[in-house]
Amino acid sequence: MAQPVPSSETNTVVSMQGIVKRFPGVLANDHVNFYLQKGEIHALLGENGAGKSTLMNILAGLYKPDAGTIIVNGQPVNFSSPRDAIKAGIGMIHQHFMLVPSQTVTENILLGLDKPAFRLNLSHYDQEITALSERFGMKVDPRAKVWQLSVGEQQRVEILKMLYRGANILVMDEPTAVLAPSEVDDLFVTLRSMVAQGKSIIFISHKLHEVMQISDRVTVLQRGRSTAAGVAVSTVTKADLARLMVGREVIFTVNKTARQPGEVVLKVEDLWAENDKGLPALRGLNLTVRQGEIVGLAGVAGNGQRELADVITGLRKCSKGQVVVSGENIANSPVKKGIRKGVSHIPEDRTHVGSAPSLSVTDNVIMKKYNQAPISSGWMVNAIAARKYAADLKERYEIIVPTLETPVRLLSGGNLQRVILAREISSNPALMIAMQPTRGLDVGAIEGVHRLLMAQRDAGAAILLISEELEELIDLSDRVAVIYEGQILGEVSDGDVAAIGMMMTGSAPGAKEDQHG
Amino acid sequence: MDILIVLQAGVATGTILLFATLGGIFSERSGVMNLGMEGMMLIGAMSAFSVATSTGNPWLGLLVAMLAAGLISQVHAFISITLQADQVVSGLSLGFLATGLALVLGEGLSKAGTVPLIPSYTVPLLSQIPIIGPVFFTNQKLLVYLGYIMVPLAWYYINRTRPGLHLRAVGEYPSAADSLGINVYRLRYFYVFVGGLFAGLAGATISLAISPGWFSELTTAGQGWIAIGLVIFAQWDPVRAAVGSYIFGALRRLVLDIQGPNVIFGLANPFYYNPYWGFFLEMLPYAFTIIVLVVGSREAIRKRLGAPTALGVPYIRGERGL
Repeated sequence: MAQPVPSSETNTVVSMQGIVKRFPGVLANDHVNFYLQKGEIHALLGENGAGKSTLMNILAGLYKPDAGTIIVNGQPVNFSSPRDAIKAGIGMIHQHFMLVPSQTVTENILLGLDKPAFRLNLSHYDQEITALSERFGMKVDPRAKVWQLSVGEQQRVEILKMLYRGANILVMDEPTAVLAPSEVDDLFVTLRSMVAQGKSIIFISHKLHEVMQISDRVTVLQRGRSTAAGVAVSTVTKADLARLMVGREVIFTVNKTARQPGEVVLKVEDLWAENDKGLPALRGLNLTVRQGEIVGLAGVAGNGQRELADVITGLRKCSKGQVVVSGENIANSPVKKGIRKGVSHIPEDRTHVGSAPSLSVTDNVIMKKYNQAPISSGWMVNAIAARKYAADLKERYEIIVPTLETPVRLLSGGNLQRVILAREISSNPALMIAMQPTRGLDVGAIEGVHRLLMAQRDAGAAILLISEELEELIDLSDRVAVIYEGQILGEVSDGDVAAIGMMMTGSAPGAKEDQHG
Repeated sequence: MDILIVLQAGVATGTILLFATLGGIFSERSGVMNLGMEGMMLIGAMSAFSVATSTGNPWLGLLVAMLAAGLISQVHAFISITLQADQVVSGLSLGFLATGLALVLGEGLSKAGTVPLIPSYTVPLLSQIPIIGPVFFTNQKLLVYLGYIMVPLAWYYINRTRPGLHLRAVGEYPSAADSLGINVYRLRYFYVFVGGLFAGLAGATISLAISPGWFSELTTAGQGWIAIGLVIFAQWDPVRAAVGSYIFGALRRLVLDIQGPNVIFGLANPFYYNPYWGFFLEMLPYAFTIIVLVVGSREAIRKRLGAPTALGVPYIRGERGL
């Protein structure tokens, strides 16, 4: 199964052979082979840090390989910029959209082209873009400014940008990560229509079910090496792919025991707050979380999730409303007050909010205890007690570090998250706010985080889990609330994905209920 | 005090601010703030005066002024674009460097002799229009007319042409431009240079046309700073820049003229009898500039005003986001 497909096949449009790419301290690609055939959707599967994006950035001309050959349409190529790659018909759609928000769709598509010699005749190009988007079944208004578009529409603009440049090979870097479920379906329809019209697509992903659903063949990378190259998806199972990705068997299901939730710990009432740009992000949000339950918060990114987590943890002021934790309103109070009430926070940004990157593991884990016995007596930190405490946590939470004095910036994502979890859980929280706790972690580390969260729930903590991974929300949560434009649109407790998906895009849950309320 | 004369002179004085503000707009639209405006204008005023007195050709003076200021702007470009230093620090240092250089090279220049001036012109038919005619088209320097032409040209260039599209993209979201093969660094260098050209033009407009002569740092008298405030006030739009520049020009002139007569509107003129009131008035444009700069430095307000998103942020390839 791990044998590479011979490159002599007539319809191979891209062949990358023996690609090596080193970054300081990391061997990102270690003699990787990759072959793309005409008219196929080829998934590139691997955990974060396995080297998928690196390999594709090489193909798209952003990086130069240290060794290896790339052949596109039978011609050896040596790209020195993305422009060269585009000229050869290769277009990459990045995970972070490369769009200018203040410009229109057409302006964004024309950017960097030589075509309008001087005068931008936008109405002429608007028509061309409309025709092109209709051909591939993508609806988008060419005159709209990009900031007005939904994430799904912005992605369509990115695809159109490459199609307009005549790209025949599209590289899509985790295209579904930012989309709501219904948008994913639309995207898959578009991808199939493109393949039917002779385009070839490379689909980078770490989500097994999507790879099984959309792709024809799959190449799997693990720690910079290919463990499968061009295997037909119909011949493998999800478990096979997981093993190839991680290198061991993976348990997918989380053990969720039935548990009767206890008293209300968090009660958010009519909460209003602004985002960093000074625009309203929360508009009268109501939410409760009880003892011993996990409430999942689903929603398309940017609908107020971050602001909600910030307000509850005291990092952001609200303009109106209450955040009641165990009977006391802590809205607009200092962070310290929240910590004393038992609020713990697993922030989205691990390296800047969740930890102090240049401080040691010890310093990072005592951050909430530094002023309490036994670590502190008065105003001095007892280094011996601190070390003992850190060593104990290292043992219990399986943090893998050379020494406790290692600065946490040198830790992998999974280990860093364990450091943060160790600190937050060891404070015996009454309420945990976990924002994207598994983002960017590999399958093995995700399993560990899930186990720790479940253990906290079973021990009686109230947990608000904010995530963009619907599967994770449904697996872990007792209830899933859906946030849309700063309000809770509805709740689902039976794991009804379709209902959650509808609400994520702003459709109210059933007209009947609306009339009652 | 004739209001038409105040307005006419206001348009003339405002032309200085207009050129400087346009330069600031081009540079800031590409993402580079240049606080060295005042110094570059002094370089322009000094070299224009120097070249014009020694060659007798004001147009040659103008050209050299633009090139000199454009050239010195590249110091800021190198430090802030290539070396990715803080634009505020680099721009301020450029201001000090250029001011010092202009003062040293301009030492004794004020006695260099008579300077040939940029000629004035009255537009035949347009000057007959009531109010507009005498204010805009009668006996104005040719550079004032150049200002009228530059405003729509600059607007059209920025908003309706391909190079303008690239300029906006580089200032708004450089990594998007870079991913499509636009050379972000080269464009930023170029528009900092364009900003320098305009600053030089503004300086030459002072010393060769509007208030001819070389009076060391009093030649510009802080107008470069007002222009930096006007860039924000104009929300990076050339048409608004013109409106702002002419209003400020007229106000500057009004402050001078209002101190002249001893009776105004049939009352004793307080500005005539108490010169301190005059100083207070003269201070106002600078106070306004400080307020605009302070208010405009708030992130949320800048966003609402429509500041280029990447303004002030050095572009480093390979970094996510901006």
